[in-house]
Amino acid sequence: MLDRMAAKMTAGAITGFAKALTGAQCQWVGCGPYETQRIYFANHSSHLDFILLWSALPGPLRKRTRPVAAADYWFHGTFKQFLIRQVFNGIPVDREGRKPGTNPLQPMLDALDEGASLIIFPEGTRGSGEELLPFKSGIFHLAKDRPHVELVPVWMENCYRVMPKGSFLPVPLLCSVRFGEPTRLAEGERKPAFLERLQKSVAGLRCA
Amino acid sequence: MSGSRQGWIVFGGVIGILVLASLIGFAMSLRVRGKAPEDGSRRVVQNLNARIKAWWVMIFVLAGALMTGPKAVIILFGLISFAALREFLTLTPTRKADHFALLVSFFIVLPSQYGLVWTGWYGVFTIFIPVYVFLLLPAFTIISREATRNFLERTSETQWGLMICVYCISHVPGLQMLTIPNYDPAMLVVFLILVVQASDVLQYVWGKLAGKHKVAPDVSPSKTVEGFVGGVLSATALGTGLWWMTPFQPWQAALFSFLITMTGFLGGLVMSAIKRDRGVKDWGHLIEGHGGMLDRLDSVCFAAPIFFHLTRFFFSTT
Repeated sequence: MLDRMAAKMTAGAITGFAKALTGAQCQWVGCGPYETQRIYFANHSSHLDFILLWSALPGPLRKRTRPVAAADYWFHGTFKQFLIRQVFNGIPVDREGRKPGTNPLQPMLDALDEGASLIIFPEGTRGSGEELLPFKSGIFHLAKDRPHVELVPVWMENCYRVMPKGSFLPVPLLCSVRFGEPTRLAEGERKPAFLERLQKSVAGLRCA
Repeated sequence: MSGSRQGWIVFGGVIGILVLASLIGFAMSLRVRGKAPEDGSRRVVQNLNARIKAWWVMIFVLAGALMTGPKAVIILFGLISFAALREFLTLTPTRKADHFALLVSFFIVLPSQYGLVWTGWYGVFTIFIPVYVFLLLPAFTIISREATRNFLERTSETQWGLMICVYCISHVPGLQMLTIPNYDPAMLVVFLILVVQASDVLQYVWGKLAGKHKVAPDVSPSKTVEGFVGGVLSATALGTGLWWMTPFQPWQAALFSFLITMTGFLGGLVMSAIKRDRGVKDWGHLIEGHGGMLDRLDSVCFAAPIFFHLTRFFFSTT
């Protein structure tokens, strides 16, 4: 009970702070903020990314949208664990080798089956903010196994300058979150082509 | 007349003008109602009405701060500086190595400058950013990381941001530091803002009504010779007519108003040039219809320090 309240208050404080700090300009370019089940996939350059993307979603959508976070980074330490588990309701993903006989995507598939939307960063790690890294294949398997879910490209502008890799204090600069046109895995589309197409759809939002 | 009584008269006058503008805007919106959404004249009218609406908010916020007292004006302009600096630095390509310098700019330099206005420490207020911050900030960048690529460019951009958005803007509430016998210096804040903004608005109106020849087509497509001349003359006339709320004689008020409108105009041009260089139309989206904070304040940035120092030189006893 106390946990839930603390989590709710922290969530409010974080979204409020993120918005006040960055202006959090939200542009729904290719789709509206609807309650369709979706996988939001975005460029990744800062810890601020998913906080900002998550804050940019309207309240009811935010409640059922879960960020996918690196198990090795986020699921350690009391405070980080509190944030990722209680506040963001994150899903751990194992970035290091897979254990034999387990599917590393299983927690995400479970969450999708429960009706949640996901936020994922297919680059797998934080980039420099200038160029997109090649996408990892996880999103391909998610798209193949749960074909009814919409895939929405998202471009996060400027986050890497607000809080670059390795820094802990954010500088207040204006950021924007741009949502592109939803897509799905096409019939017979191969993995490399699909990943490249998705990467392009994120990069294409850059100067829209 | 006492300062507060003059304040009420001005406030009443501004409200009257806004009511009139809102009525005109409403009448114009009726006239273009039947047109297609992407029609040029309809868009101009929509933008005009958004601007007028934003003016209502700005006037009430400013008047509220002025009525609360000098400290409230300082806090308000501190927040305005924050928004402006954020817009400015968002458009400059700083690198990771600048992170520390940026943190210092936002969380130490900006509050310190307004702290100096708060305490009225004039001697440090005028040199803190142009001397101390100017020299120390680049040093911070070197200490924090070695990245020297585009070093001069990056440091100058941060310094420009601090000068324009913090130093220059802080001269608006700084006017309250001046000591003029039997005069409430807060009224100088009202006078400055009124004349600068009237000049902007009147240039816009004259430009829309009679504008033909562009002043600087590469820099600002909306500034015309007709708008410039009409705006400067009519705003100077307005400022002269407001001499009773200043410590000036009418001819002095005319001279000051002319100076304010001219520096404001130049400020608008310079700030537009920076925007063009960065390839954007507006500084931000903070104020509906106007763009960002800096779009509304570009002329104030230039007019404020010059007005401050000339008034101080000729009229202040401290």
